[in-house]
Amino acid sequence: MMRTMKFDVAVIGGGPAGMAAALSANGQGASVVILERDVRLGGILNQCIHQGFGLHYFGEEMTGPEYADRFRKKVENEDITVMLESMVLSLDKNKTVTVLSPSYGLCKIEAGAIVLAMGCRERTAGAIALAGSRPAGIYTAGMAQKICNIDGYLVGKEVVILGSGDIGLIMARRMTTEGAKVKLVLELMPYSSGLKRNIVQCLDDYGIPIKYSHTVTRVEGSPRLTGIYYAPVGPDRKPVLQEEKFIPCDTLLLSVGLIPENDLLGGLDVNMSGITQGAVVDENRMTSIDGIFSCGNVLHVHDLVDNVSQEAEIAGRSAALYSKGEMNRDYDSVTVSAKDGVRYALPQRIGKGEGKVKLFFRVGDVYKNCRLVVESGGNTLVSKKFMVLAPGEMGSVEIDKSSISGDVIVRLEK
Amino acid sequence: MKYDFIVIGGGVIGTAVIDRLARYNVSALLVDKSDDVATATTRANSGIVHAGYDCEPDTLKARFNVRGNELMWNDVEDLDVPHLKCGSIVVARADQSDKLAALKDKADKNGVPVQILDRTRTREFEPNVADEIESSLYAPTAGIVSPYQLAIAYADRAVVNGADIELGAEVTAINRVKDGYTVVTSKGEFFAKCVINCAGAHGAEINDMAGAEHYDTVFRRGDYFVLDNAERKNVNTVIFPLPTAAGKGILVAPTADGNVIYGPTAVDSDMPDDTATTLASLDDIRKNVPLSYKSPAFNKCIRVYSGVRTLIGHDFVVKQSDMAQDFIMAIGICSPGLTSAPAIAEYIENLVVGKYNPQLKSGYTVVMPRHNRLDRLDGAQLDSLIKADCAWGRIVCRCEKVTEAEIVEAIHSPLPATTVDAVKRRTRAGMGRCQGGFCGPKVMEIISRELGIPLEEVKKGGDGSAIARYRVKEVE
Repeated sequence: MMRTMKFDVAVIGGGPAGMAAALSANGQGASVVILERDVRLGGILNQCIHQGFGLHYFGEEMTGPEYADRFRKKVENEDITVMLESMVLSLDKNKTVTVLSPSYGLCKIEAGAIVLAMGCRERTAGAIALAGSRPAGIYTAGMAQKICNIDGYLVGKEVVILGSGDIGLIMARRMTTEGAKVKLVLELMPYSSGLKRNIVQCLDDYGIPIKYSHTVTRVEGSPRLTGIYYAPVGPDRKPVLQEEKFIPCDTLLLSVGLIPENDLLGGLDVNMSGITQGAVVDENRMTSIDGIFSCGNVLHVHDLVDNVSQEAEIAGRSAALYSKGEMNRDYDSVTVSAKDGVRYALPQRIGKGEGKVKLFFRVGDVYKNCRLVVESGGNTLVSKKFMVLAPGEMGSVEIDKSSISGDVIVRLEK
Repeated sequence: MKYDFIVIGGGVIGTAVIDRLARYNVSALLVDKSDDVATATTRANSGIVHAGYDCEPDTLKARFNVRGNELMWNDVEDLDVPHLKCGSIVVARADQSDKLAALKDKADKNGVPVQILDRTRTREFEPNVADEIESSLYAPTAGIVSPYQLAIAYADRAVVNGADIELGAEVTAINRVKDGYTVVTSKGEFFAKCVINCAGAHGAEINDMAGAEHYDTVFRRGDYFVLDNAERKNVNTVIFPLPTAAGKGILVAPTADGNVIYGPTAVDSDMPDDTATTLASLDDIRKNVPLSYKSPAFNKCIRVYSGVRTLIGHDFVVKQSDMAQDFIMAIGICSPGLTSAPAIAEYIENLVVGKYNPQLKSGYTVVMPRHNRLDRLDGAQLDSLIKADCAWGRIVCRCEKVTEAEIVEAIHSPLPATTVDAVKRRTRAGMGRCQGGFCGPKVMEIISRELGIPLEEVKKGGDGSAIARYRVKEVE
């Protein structure tokens, strides 16, 4: 007979989102289990040994492992069940989770509410259909980061990086400080998808060149990478092959996007957003399936872990209230949609009533001296001027729920 | 070392041949230049078990394809290789119906059961064919198999039955000596009374080394897209366009491991080992798939790859050499080579039996032990495995749900997996949508631990393909 356990809230994933969600659910008096597939809590933060975490949440700057450790200690001090090396195999509508782990075997967890906190994965060479050979030496930036910071090895010494996502930029600096030569960073778009501060601190400060509107056209070498060809791209983002150039290297790191890892939802009919690739949620971070909540990078990719923690606290608290039947479910709600340069706004549904709600948004291009406008029922709720808005930096605005008179639109005005 | 037989080449042909020889009271060795079997053409093809309707009648291709198809469905059961007899269809527009009829005539001549499906029945069988498709030729005996797992399983069974396999042994010379040959390799010299050339793209070179018939070879590269397994539900069967002179065309097919592939292209080349995909070729696939299949999902691509078919004239070359005694060749094995493999091996077995009269051993292994995999185990079975070894409860590859125990088993299988790619081919760890981004370092660690080698020496696959290459700076 398969072992069955019952909890008010089961949190899937023990990274920053999962830990914060578990703590806030626990704070509401719920019984909580964290299901973590790795051998320790902390998720990807454990390999992010650089500074830059916690300024917003803790008011001090720390490394990823330090940030994770703050939460891990809190989790350990609370009555929260942590199952490590525990892989969730399936999740059903009744909020029953099947888990496999070396210490518990195969077991079922019946939960009053579920918090999805599985994080995201990196787009791979295969996902972008990278042409050429398939040698050793081509890795996602995160995999190279894991091998470097956890295992203690460098994957190569002559490096080109495709994509300017934050992990790629961080790894440009990390490889350089370990004695590798980062020859070039190529970015398909005319702007970086990473944080401005990372461009400055990881590339500019080390004299690493970045070419925007350029991409890798093919890779060469077998069984080890010997070099890559690259070319500028036209307005259609297709490479101009006449201008193709070769650069020798033994390593190509990819930082070409992060994808929320929602594969567990495959069998469930959860309403998903094609833009965020995460679930569509309300302000409680509840998905279209009652009692299933989502937060952190599995909901939408964040650039700052501080925002992840705050979002997860909302999801965790809501999940606890839901499991106890204390969540107000009969509220009148409106949809939140994005247009005119705003790629998405989240949550996608908010309730009318009292209080304030924070809307997070991301723009689709670099906009200077623009105005972010939030409208509802023909009224302007917010009109906020920004010097610059870029796709790499998530923005937020707060709105007063009492002023909502219809569906909410988040848009840009030049 | 002295052997009765040396098989050169560890693709699906060479492994199928040594698997048959290993049942006899002879000594047999397979040599391959790579660090695993199934690393060249066998690793990168469509994985289709062809029915045999489109081979020119009265060729070796037709004969081995039809016989190979019969043998294949039995071998994959005995060897526990992933497969599915899902049938295949060749789809045709209204203006192509006479070509489809011609194909049916060929099928009849080759003795292959087929039927022509009209517009409605085509869609009942495969709802996602393109709107322009009016009819199709359905071949119920066709299907799919994991080509590399088939070769690995042949190799494993051969080893279990007493054959030797020497990897990393590139043949550099073959010298005729009294009563046989000395095969000179990068791992030393081996003597054999009879040499069997199954060297794939390098088959003609091996023939030249042995003083056997010289053949001119053409190489035809084909690129493919591999789609996320979430696409599998949209494809029931193997969907071919009408064949052309260049080959069977760009197909849409499920894979035995649960993905979907689009490809291959057909680009002639003079390089036997050039398996680099090209932008032009990949674009060709993007253009051609919609002609037969209406819901292409290139955005679900998780991998692109390329393989080489080796062509010698218009047919396979499978025979005892007329010029070099005790030298058998199975070369020029392009499509339908995978399907033909068991039949070619059977044919060579008969050649060998006819000439050397070896005796079957008593009690050789035919049915290999089933592989334990998560999706095959019920809760009770899994729990008892975990009780005996908790590694059965530790998922290493999250995308394909591969446990640590399966990886350890692959590393200690009859033909051990010693590289990350070799583990991947046997267990699927790293073959999913994250492409080893998460499990790669864990697989490296397990290989390092199980083989007792430092992490720096764990390779992706191939000489000089270590992944963790330099220690980071140490702090005292």
